[in-house]
Amino acid sequence: MSVLVIAEHDNSQVAPGTLNTVTAASKLGGDIHILVAGSGCADVASQCAKIAGVSKVLSADAETYKNEITENTAALIQANVSEYSHVMAPASTFGKALIPYVAALCDVQAISDISDVVSEDTFVRPIYAGNALETVQSSDAVKMMTVRTTAFELADAESGSGEVSNIDEAGATDWVQFVAQNLSQSERPELTSARIVVSGGRGMQNGENFAMLENLADQLGGAVGASRAAVDAGFVPNDYQVGQTGKVVAPDMYLAVGISGAIQHLAGMKDSKVIVAINNDEEAPIFQVSDYGWNEDLFNAIPALQAELSQ
Amino acid sequence: MKILVPVKRVIDANIRVRVKADNSGVETANVKMAMNPFCEIAVEEALRIKEAGHADEVIVMSAGPDKAAETIRTGLAMGADRGVHIQTDDRLEPLTIAKMIKAVSEKEGCDLVVLGKQSIDDDNNQTGQMLAALMKRPLGSYISKIEKNDAGFAITREIDAGLEDLQISSPAVVTADLRLNEPRYASLPNIMKAKKKPIDAMSPGDLGVEVSNRLTVVKVDEPPAREAGVMVSGASELVDKLKNEAKVI
Ligand SMILES: Cc1cc2nc3c(=O)[nH]c(=O)nc-3n(C[C@H](O)[C@H](O)[C@H](O)COP(=O)(O)OP(=O)(O)OC[C@H]3O[C@@H](n4cnc5c(N)ncnc54)[C@H](O)[C@@H]3O)c2cc1C
Repeated sequence: MSVLVIAEHDNSQVAPGTLNTVTAASKLGGDIHILVAGSGCADVASQCAKIAGVSKVLSADAETYKNEITENTAALIQANVSEYSHVMAPASTFGKALIPYVAALCDVQAISDISDVVSEDTFVRPIYAGNALETVQSSDAVKMMTVRTTAFELADAESGSGEVSNIDEAGATDWVQFVAQNLSQSERPELTSARIVVSGGRGMQNGENFAMLENLADQLGGAVGASRAAVDAGFVPNDYQVGQTGKVVAPDMYLAVGISGAIQHLAGMKDSKVIVAINNDEEAPIFQVSDYGWNEDLFNAIPALQAELSQ
Repeated sequence: MKILVPVKRVIDANIRVRVKADNSGVETANVKMAMNPFCEIAVEEALRIKEAGHADEVIVMSAGPDKAAETIRTGLAMGADRGVHIQTDDRLEPLTIAKMIKAVSEKEGCDLVVLGKQSIDDDNNQTGQMLAALMKRPLGSYISKIEKNDAGFAITREIDAGLEDLQISSPAVVTADLRLNEPRYASLPNIMKAKKKPIDAMSPGDLGVEVSNRLTVVKVDEPPAREAGVMVSGASELVDKLKNEAKVI
């Protein structure tokens, strides 16, 4: 048995979700290899070689893979898959687009967003916005899946000693041309791996008011997230969205401010260690899942909290 | 140009689902059903492309039991021209569904397939990607914008780090994210009109697709419940609890 983990990265830094995916792979008990497809990505390959449990890094360093075009990475995986019993990628937008694509190329039924490994062919995954957990057994020769990164610890990033081997480019398409990326710039920790997340909802009323949450997040060393309502209203960009159809987070502390607690929102944060909610509606469903609830107008609560924290 | 929109009938997004006592699945008897919200967005976008003069026909299809025809009717009431119903009572996995959509798309000669990015029941987020791979057509996943141009389509994707613009050639497969549009409601006259629009019924076999599942559902469990904790009355009490009780700050 051997597992191929697909690294997510930006050509200079491996994304933390890759480390959680390696931990999921290690539950299978076989050899773990990592595929790094990118351009000018030698640093990523050496970072991956140092991840505990990884015996080999397959590096495909070519212009073709510069922008993580699904079609090109999928063709590369297909060309190398015969050596492997399992293929795993983080359940990020990168992995969620890629794995089903390569699975269909290989006539495999992919398994989405696994939260537990039961055995080499049986996995648990949340369905219905996390309101049920489905255990599925796969009869495919190769198992291909995305991994809910919050359900697995980060693998140690320093203690491994894998070898790096270069592999050939495979099958580029010209159907898809990269035009531009418009990425949110932030000095704050990345949302899905932050230890503390401060999220705002419709109750924030506008984008300017989010500055309060940003200041609070900075005081706490956390990231800022949002509900769908806040994103749809244009208060914050799409990449802030936490939930069933946005990002899944499980920080040590999740602070929900002016968020009602719809099931689709809870789907993205209810595995947080400690949940704190500030809401001026004492009936808000978010209080039913909160460890600490504060029934208060957020425009009073946030400044008071900031003052208390700076003491 | 013809556009194909596959749609799925799911438990309504506002219903709280219950796991069955025998752990075989979730309770679907007497539960309100609706078109998957992402599929509604896909139908809406196809209609807008047609209304902008870039397409002549929008076909809505669904695979599933008799009741799936209701979901096709919803798409017709929104404004789609006709329906295709692949009738089957079997449990369907995304790979099988993608094979069915491919067969319909080829039979109908569609230039664009618009799907929802994910269905809110199985939360798989797979079918569009699989379809693009099987059809060897460019994939635009998680789009929040699409514009027809001479080279095909200019699309914007919602990705974890922000937004990404791609140019893809035509014919293509795209999957809709939440912010692509806000779907219209079907007006009463359009609901009446939809009753007369044709729905072509066929079996998976008619399309040459065999329903063969690769996954066995071993069981479906309730997730561990989260208990409500305590209410605090002020900032100092909250900070004290976070520092000394929860020890998270
Ligand atoms: C297909 C689909 C997918 C979805 N995916 C997601 C998803 O991924 N993530 C997500 O978040 N949602 C998602 N949703 C939307 C979800 O159903 C809710 O509509 C959304 O989460 C509500 O956001 P909200 O809590 O900010 O807004 P609301 O529900 O409007 O709640 C606002 C809250 O703010 C409180 N408030 C208002 N003013 C103040 C004040 N001054 N002080 C304190 N509190 C105040 C109110 O009491 C209320 O509880 C999805 C829905 C669908 C149908």
